[in-house]
Amino acid sequence: MSDTADRVQKIVVEHLGVEADKVTQDASFIDDLGADSLDIVELVMAFEEEFGVEIPDDAAEKITTVGDATKYIEEHKG
Amino acid sequence: MRRVVVTGLGLVTPLGGDVETTWKNLIAGKSGAGQITRFDASNQKCTIACEVKAKDHEWGFDPDKRVDHKVQRQVDPFIIYGIDAAGQALEDAGLAEMDDDLKQRTGVSIGSGIGGLPGIESESIVLHERGPGRVSPHFVHGRLINLISGQVSIKYGLMGPNHSVVTACSTGAHSIGDAARMIREGDADVMLAGGAEGTINPLGVAGFAQARALNMSMNDRPTEASRPYDKDRDGFVMGEGAGVLVLEEYEHAKARGAKIYAEVVGYGLSGDAYHVTAPHPEGKGAELAMRMAIRKSGLEPSEIDYVNAHGTSTMADTIELAAVKRVMGDDLGGASMSSTKSAIGHLLGGAGAVESIFCILAIRDQIVPPTLNLDNPDEGTEGVDLVPHEAKKREVRAVLNNSFGFGGTNASLVMKKVD
Repeated sequence: MSDTADRVQKIVVEHLGVEADKVTQDASFIDDLGADSLDIVELVMAFEEEFGVEIPDDAAEKITTVGDATKYIEEHKG
Repeated sequence: MRRVVVTGLGLVTPLGGDVETTWKNLIAGKSGAGQITRFDASNQKCTIACEVKAKDHEWGFDPDKRVDHKVQRQVDPFIIYGIDAAGQALEDAGLAEMDDDLKQRTGVSIGSGIGGLPGIESESIVLHERGPGRVSPHFVHGRLINLISGQVSIKYGLMGPNHSVVTACSTGAHSIGDAARMIREGDADVMLAGGAEGTINPLGVAGFAQARALNMSMNDRPTEASRPYDKDRDGFVMGEGAGVLVLEEYEHAKARGAKIYAEVVGYGLSGDAYHVTAPHPEGKGAELAMRMAIRKSGLEPSEIDYVNAHGTSTMADTIELAAVKRVMGDDLGGASMSSTKSAIGHLLGGAGAVESIFCILAIRDQIVPPTLNLDNPDEGTEGVDLVPHEAKKREVRAVLNNSFGFGGTNASLVMKKVD
């Protein structure tokens, strides 16, 4: 797992209170990890903090899986 | 008329994370007071409080037992305390599992005096320092007072009345009285009723200190600071926690063979119409509430054996006592009266519910909890049994619980043993 994927997983585990092994790159925040839309807003804020990236609302709406988040962060982090 | 009985109890207090631990410590005369550990209080005028203890403490509270990790992260402490106390009460009543029909006949009315002050404080700092885009999306619903009732309803699938009382320090008592009425009126067969508070944060402590409500002269002696009726009393000690009761229609409880603790027989409410923080100097509002509760109970004042006083350890203690004397007689008709705020501090919106549970346990165990630190009783206390220092075994047939709040809001409850 890349450093980014590792840190994304850690944030998701902490915020959603789920087991780490469930937080795979394919896992959907809503369908697999029990998140609601507000949880995703909060997760996006946490990713922005952790990686120093800005994730605009239209990009955030397209992030539905853990892998989507990891990919966006890797492409945009400084 | 539909009768209302108590069939389940739940407590989170500075003396324990459950009912039996709290009660054991209360009867043993222990104090929940200490230096504030929740934050650095060294610049505050008041540095002491009765905190709910962490789970590694002998009397600690473990939020992981009944509150989801995710919810814990999103909400203020008062909601966590309330959800847990509600869960305890349902389990105690044998109602943790219900069929869909009963879920629709079960409601929740758990209030708070202030609500999510710690989160309002911390998110205000986030807003100021880092801008609106960093405010938590859970900020609002993690602080709202009715979100204990909301969270409990969601967790247990309860679809009856979903309500919340906000009457400062009378909240817990009003919640019980109003919920009992909902059952009497037929709106529900079962109600979870109670109150919670969690405002031991810098803004909460500073606010009450600036209102000159807190004890600020005994920071070096925290366990002695809450001393209702004592000549040296000098303000209340802030507490936190929650108390929740399962109220149930009597025939419903009987039919399912539930354990019945007591019956809620009288409820009185009034307003002081006097001052925002000070009680009426003659205790007229308090007297009206007590008289209404006793009249509606159908009991004679002489049948009440224990009064759990509002008794906050302020000048108002003797005003309340004078009003109780006018209602029950100079010797209170032989009743004992104590203030358990001497041990757990003032739980504000949780006080009336937590103290009602103490009243019910006094009926169950035929013992009344003490008033701690009553070393030099003030004038006007002569001839009254204020249960100084030690719990007392005695007959307890019926109880009166008083709660009075800022704004001049008063509530009294009468409960009695069910034969």
